[in-house]
Amino acid sequence: MSGIDKHKETYREEAYELLTELESSLLELEERPDDIEQVGRAFRALHTIKGSGSMFGFDRIAAFTHEVETVFDRVRNGEIKVTRQLIDLTLSARDYIKKLLDGTDISDNEEAGEILIPLKNLVPQPIDKTLPLSPAASSKGEACDGPDQGEITYRIHFGPNPDIFKKGIDPVYLLDELHALGSCRSIAYADAIPELTDIDPEACYTYWDIILTTDKGINAIKDVFIFVEDDCKITIDVIYDSTKFGEEFGNKRVGDILVERGFVTQEDIDQVIVRQKRIGEILVEAKMVDQRKIESALAEQQHLKEIKQKEQQKEQPVDVASSIRVSSDKLDSLVNLVGEMVTVQARFSQLCAFKNDPDFLSVAEEVERLTAELRDQTMSIRMLPIGTTFSKFKRLVRDLSKELGKEIELTTEGAETELDKTVIEKLGDPMVHLIRNCIDHGIETPDMRISVGKPAQGMVHLSARHSGAYVLIEIKDDGAGLDADAIRAKAIDKGLIAPEDELTEKEIYSLILAPGFSTAKTVTNVSGRGVGMDVVKRAIDNLRGSIGISSQKGIGTTITLKLPLTLAIIEGLLVQIGKEYFILPLSVVEECIELSREDIANAHGRHLANVRGQIVPYIRLREQFAINGKQPEIEQIVIAGVESHRVGFVVDNVVGEHQTVIKTLGRVYKDIEGISGATILGEGTVALILDISKLYQIIEREEVVL
Amino acid sequence: MSTAEILETTQYLTFKLEDEVFALDIAKVREVLEYTTVTKVPRTPDFMCGVINLRGGVVPVVNMRLKFGMPDAEKTVNTCIIIVEVSIDGETTVLGALADSVQEVMDLEPDQIEPAPKIGTKLRTDFIKGMGKQDNKFIMILDIDKVFSADELAMVQDAGTYKTTDK
Repeated sequence: MSGIDKHKETYREEAYELLTELESSLLELEERPDDIEQVGRAFRALHTIKGSGSMFGFDRIAAFTHEVETVFDRVRNGEIKVTRQLIDLTLSARDYIKKLLDGTDISDNEEAGEILIPLKNLVPQPIDKTLPLSPAASSKGEACDGPDQGEITYRIHFGPNPDIFKKGIDPVYLLDELHALGSCRSIAYADAIPELTDIDPEACYTYWDIILTTDKGINAIKDVFIFVEDDCKITIDVIYDSTKFGEEFGNKRVGDILVERGFVTQEDIDQVIVRQKRIGEILVEAKMVDQRKIESALAEQQHLKEIKQKEQQKEQPVDVASSIRVSSDKLDSLVNLVGEMVTVQARFSQLCAFKNDPDFLSVAEEVERLTAELRDQTMSIRMLPIGTTFSKFKRLVRDLSKELGKEIELTTEGAETELDKTVIEKLGDPMVHLIRNCIDHGIETPDMRISVGKPAQGMVHLSARHSGAYVLIEIKDDGAGLDADAIRAKAIDKGLIAPEDELTEKEIYSLILAPGFSTAKTVTNVSGRGVGMDVVKRAIDNLRGSIGISSQKGIGTTITLKLPLTLAIIEGLLVQIGKEYFILPLSVVEECIELSREDIANAHGRHLANVRGQIVPYIRLREQFAINGKQPEIEQIVIAGVESHRVGFVVDNVVGEHQTVIKTLGRVYKDIEGISGATILGEGTVALILDISKLYQIIEREEVVL
Repeated sequence: MSTAEILETTQYLTFKLEDEVFALDIAKVREVLEYTTVTKVPRTPDFMCGVINLRGGVVPVVNMRLKFGMPDAEKTVNTCIIIVEVSIDGETTVLGALADSVQEVMDLEPDQIEPAPKIGTKLRTDFIKGMGKQDNKFIMILDIDKVFSADELAMVQDAGTYKTTDK
């Protein structure tokens, strides 16, 4: 990738982020049209997209965005009201910019027009008429046009022509107008006033330097001078911009200001500065500038100091976490390396335990501790808040509900919950599906809602929260709910269950996840869900997660996704059966107890164990996996929590805790049930990772058959 | 599958199952390993040996004898695992093929290769790319992509529902 391509790529990435930012601010704005901060956010995003766009040669993006930005400038200045139409148009503008970024739709200019023309029509009167000020003013002004409601300090040099009074203009009114724009200080210069004999009483000899701090933007200042611009010398410069970071304008010294204004040179300053007097006095003494100019400069200095002070008071102590951009490939390879490291460390510990040398053992322990820390840190790098996905859905809900003529509000909770990057990425599609279902089939039309006594506006609630090694994501709607009878009837129709089958409500709901269920045509006036629900299920299964459905007819449906925090490394319990090793996820393991021959005899061969008075059924993995060989005298039962049951898994021997780096079994074994992956043990052999709840389901199914 | 595709001299790796010699296009072969411990994956057909650790990766191994309907044999010092790259549904997958022994790498001219007869090979004809001849012996040139095609391995899935509780 050549240099410029790399930059372009960076620009693209950044622009995508800015578009997301723009979108979310627009959606916020829709809820609270008066929120000037959101207007600013949208404007900033547009401005940056435009600015860096033209820098990296994305001219079409820059040109298009410029138009949108111009309109938004008006919004910011309060000239255009935030309306639904504006939001709609700006959102489609956003989509168009995205298209341009994607590189699709290269030829079509019509769409741009379709967005821009109505957008421009929203502007009340003369659209972006750039005021022909002196070139310095307009070019400099343009550059700082963007930064918005943040306050900017301008230095305005206003030198009216002597005949200004004859045109019926009083400069004092203009100054008053400037004062009205914000905090303002003006210094009048009288040095151009001629000798008394030469004075024309109707002429204006005075000129002014005005220091103005305003949030109204440069156009507002230009507007003040709109009628006199041809008769006056006007320059407008930005001297301090509060929206730009890190520039220490507030502490400008008088000398610097004078140099900047071109009254003296830096050398003059340097010469006089050695005399260690107040710079102003010295300069006056040296007759380099007159007293008045110094006063003006001092006024500016004072003004800037005040502004700066005010700002510091205003600024809340926000902790800006510094961050760097790293390509996810690098991150992936880091995780892989850490994975291998963990494997090697496990082997090392095993070897040390075998040698039983205390020196080695202490080193091994240290390595173990460090590796665990390294692993946790690496995993945490991959963690992202789920909020980014949530905000994507806002748009979806908005567009879809509009399309379907429903009023739906999306509320979210727990957006800061962190999940592995890969999980988040793979979660997107199933979530979209589920939310579509909520809107499409779950929530009724406003009329229908009112007729059943619900508020016209429906609600979809997304929430995320941690629960042990899992994250629970809930998608809840207050729609019609699932119709258990209809689902049952359809399942019988589809041959998924027999008519005489007794099913709990939960079992009935889970039928909608069955593959065959989806292909059917939507059943009228039933919620009709299940369209593609098997796809959702598969996606969640691939993430080693599970789906829970609960619903109340007429009140709503809640779908809960339970997802593991990370896909790469888990804490496992290593067990042995015959010569084979298996891993059980430690997160579900509750305890381990012994199972002797005697216990088996006492239970009359039934697979039930008595754990402190509680009956726990167990599964003999040796039998399940058809492992040959003689079982030991005393076996072990690993008791795990499976869907609120306690189930025992009988193994020969519990080896101990094991840092498990999960490897997939690959395509060949992709349909294997009950095994979620494999890991490599210290001595280099492969151990399989058991999917406890799947295994339980399989056995449950098989026992029913028996 | 016709021999029409085999137009130029190609190198083949030959291996033995029982007394028979089979050949694989060398371009498909990544490496040959000694037999190591294979971890059996429960609820899979017998010809799926299990998985091995190949430098940190998990690679499935197929027992070629069982796959071709021959009786299984004791492992010897010559038993080896040929690591091949096959494309399953357009995706390159690494698989191991368990063979009795590896013979040699040999060149076969196109005129040394004949199309496989429709009958008499006791193997499915679409597994065989052609029959090579060497010193009056036949060499069966395998189309490894077909042998390990998605459909073939899908049997793994069906086998998952077998009841395997026999002692």
